[in-house]
Amino acid sequence: MLGIARQKMLEQSSKKIRPAVSMLRNYSSAAKEMTVRTALNSALDEEMSADSKVFLMGEEVGEYQGAYKITKGLLDKYGPERVLDTPITEAGFTGIAVGAAYYGLKPVVEFMTFNFSMQAIDHIINSAAKSNYMSAGQISVPIVFRGPNGAAAGVGAQHSQCYAAWYATCPGLKVLTPYNSEDARGLLKAAIRDPDPVVFLENELLYGESFPISDEVLDSSFCLPIGKAKIERKGKHVTIAAYSKMVGYSLKAAEILEKDGIDAEVINLRSIRPLDRSTINDSVRKTNRLVTVEEAFPQHGVGAEICACVVEESFAYLDAPVERIAGADVPMPYAANLERMAVPQVEDIVRAAKRACYRSVP
Amino acid sequence: MALSYLRSSSSRSVNLLKPLSSSLPLRRPISTDTTPITVETSVPFTSHQCDAPSRSVETNPKELLTFFRDMALMRRMEIAADSLYKAKLIRGFCHLYDGQEAVAVGMEAAITKKDCIITAYRDHCTFIGRGGTLLEVFAELMGRQAGCSKGKGGSMHFYKKDSNFYGGHGIVGAQVPLGCGLAFAQKYSKDETVTFALYGDGAANQGQLFEALNISALWDLPAILVCENNHYGMGTAEWRAAKSPAYYKRGDYVPGLKVDGMDALAVKQACKFAKEHALKNGPIILEMDTYRYHGHSMSDPGSTYRTRDEISGVRQERDPIERIRKLILSHDLATEKELKDIEKEVRKEVDDTITQAKESPMPEPSKLFTNVYAKGLGVESFGADRKEVRATLP
Repeated sequence: MLGIARQKMLEQSSKKIRPAVSMLRNYSSAAKEMTVRTALNSALDEEMSADSKVFLMGEEVGEYQGAYKITKGLLDKYGPERVLDTPITEAGFTGIAVGAAYYGLKPVVEFMTFNFSMQAIDHIINSAAKSNYMSAGQISVPIVFRGPNGAAAGVGAQHSQCYAAWYATCPGLKVLTPYNSEDARGLLKAAIRDPDPVVFLENELLYGESFPISDEVLDSSFCLPIGKAKIERKGKHVTIAAYSKMVGYSLKAAEILEKDGIDAEVINLRSIRPLDRSTINDSVRKTNRLVTVEEAFPQHGVGAEICACVVEESFAYLDAPVERIAGADVPMPYAANLERMAVPQVEDIVRAAKRACYRSVP
Repeated sequence: MALSYLRSSSSRSVNLLKPLSSSLPLRRPISTDTTPITVETSVPFTSHQCDAPSRSVETNPKELLTFFRDMALMRRMEIAADSLYKAKLIRGFCHLYDGQEAVAVGMEAAITKKDCIITAYRDHCTFIGRGGTLLEVFAELMGRQAGCSKGKGGSMHFYKKDSNFYGGHGIVGAQVPLGCGLAFAQKYSKDETVTFALYGDGAANQGQLFEALNISALWDLPAILVCENNHYGMGTAEWRAAKSPAYYKRGDYVPGLKVDGMDALAVKQACKFAKEHALKNGPIILEMDTYRYHGHSMSDPGSTYRTRDEISGVRQERDPIERIRKLILSHDLATEKELKDIEKEVRKEVDDTITQAKESPMPEPSKLFTNVYAKGLGVESFGADRKEVRATLP
């Protein structure tokens, strides 16, 4: 808690941390900035305030203020009946949360990381995702499962897996992957309001990153539609489709590609299930070349689904084979140099885009 | 004795289907007599970490006759389901409850439809207890539109939300944390109601049960865990699966009660006691000592891991319907013929409903794609050949 207060003071006083942004602050009509962490916290706060059926459950979400401080201040504001610290028993507390959702409450369950969700995956899939179908609409499950997903830094094989493809396989679930603060706010609010089970995959390394944010996004009624991707950068030579942290990498790759005369279009998927197939296909029909980017294991992944979908819908428009950039096909190693090789880097995305454009790669 | 009661009203026709009280519709001879009768349970309750309730149970003729009819209906329904399964009209899984009827009816007598029940896959009779109809059962078993889940659930996925019956679950043990979640929601909403989460002796060893029990005890949830101990988890006898088959004690710090699950009145007393306890003190475990005549499911003959003598022994000594029949006869509440007529009537009702259920059509093909989501957002879904079959989810 003190650490964050200190950090905020530092950000305000020092102009050196992010020069470009601090220059904006000198203008009276400065764009506001918000970290992903604050975006998530404010979304939870507003939704809890608006609907008394919303409650939080998870390990350390209350008195500890959240393992990653996402739920900071919410226990003080809403009390222990609505912000519940659980024992380390994912199967038990996830089942309890799903049962509460059957009754009509709106739980937001935090998994400290989605690696631990595997302990509870039967409840996510069999108790939550399928219930509306099996009961022919009698039992809907308005629950959100959220938490950090994918690789962090140096946390090793058991704490680094990305579960987007796993959960996105299952009909009945909605799977969201915010990138920036606008995504975090808009998609979390949409997820909490949605009457279906939503798996909300955050990224630990993005929590501390700051993004510009408009007044519209700050409004408490702000919501993003589920199932719609966003074109983060318009382009015409190659489409790069990514989610979560890889959107940031793809945007950096696009800047590098621009210097070589390749104008890349970057799609922020935002929603893995439902997947915005029409935005992806429209983009590929324009650029004729596609690179998919994900941090996850490559086999049977999101990139594979996107490739299949584009081959099915827009085959005639492809001028080159679809390129797939993904995490290495190995459990995450610990040593820093090996870890670096196990996740995509910006140069990997640049190289793949050049290959897709049939440019020689130096 | 019973005959003399009838002969005394000479103006009445000698129609033995006529109700004992003339104010009832003629169709069903269920007494409206609510004069209290006190009956002793077959055995006293055994308790763990609490004081057992009295084995003297208050009941009345109306309740006893209702028990008889309801259990006879459930029994007949399950036997009919057996025949339908063998005739291949029911497919997949079919787990029958005959022998265990007293748990379903005894529980309902102690609670209201605002209390919640959740159980596993042996759910046909529990659904009937919650107010589900025979038609909904048979139609669902045969995968027809008139089924309680419109044919999309099957035997293991019956639900009736309007009377707080939450299924119907296929994964052993999953229903216990879900049930504790229902109790959480009841407490959160300040409803002053309780949840009964039913599970078997096989599920009693599941880790998630203890996780949920720990949280329920920590948070004082009005959760009642009911172990329907029919002594066999599929083909594995309890002594082969559990180091301690005293399931009512497995809660450790959570109180428990062992109940004769073949005695509907004992079940009623225990559930009444449990509801009062749970509302004040948090979770409690009830172990219902019961028995299933059928095997685990229709693909299990049920005789490879237990002897036919054992099965027929229970049927002779402990059958729940026979117990109530003896009670009714010994208290002069109806004649043997009247009770047999009830059973005939129930059999006819079941047969007629099956005929009706067979006429219900299978779901429309478009229903493949409904209810995937509560809010489909106009998203596309696909059939096996996505270029042939696509649908927009409503």
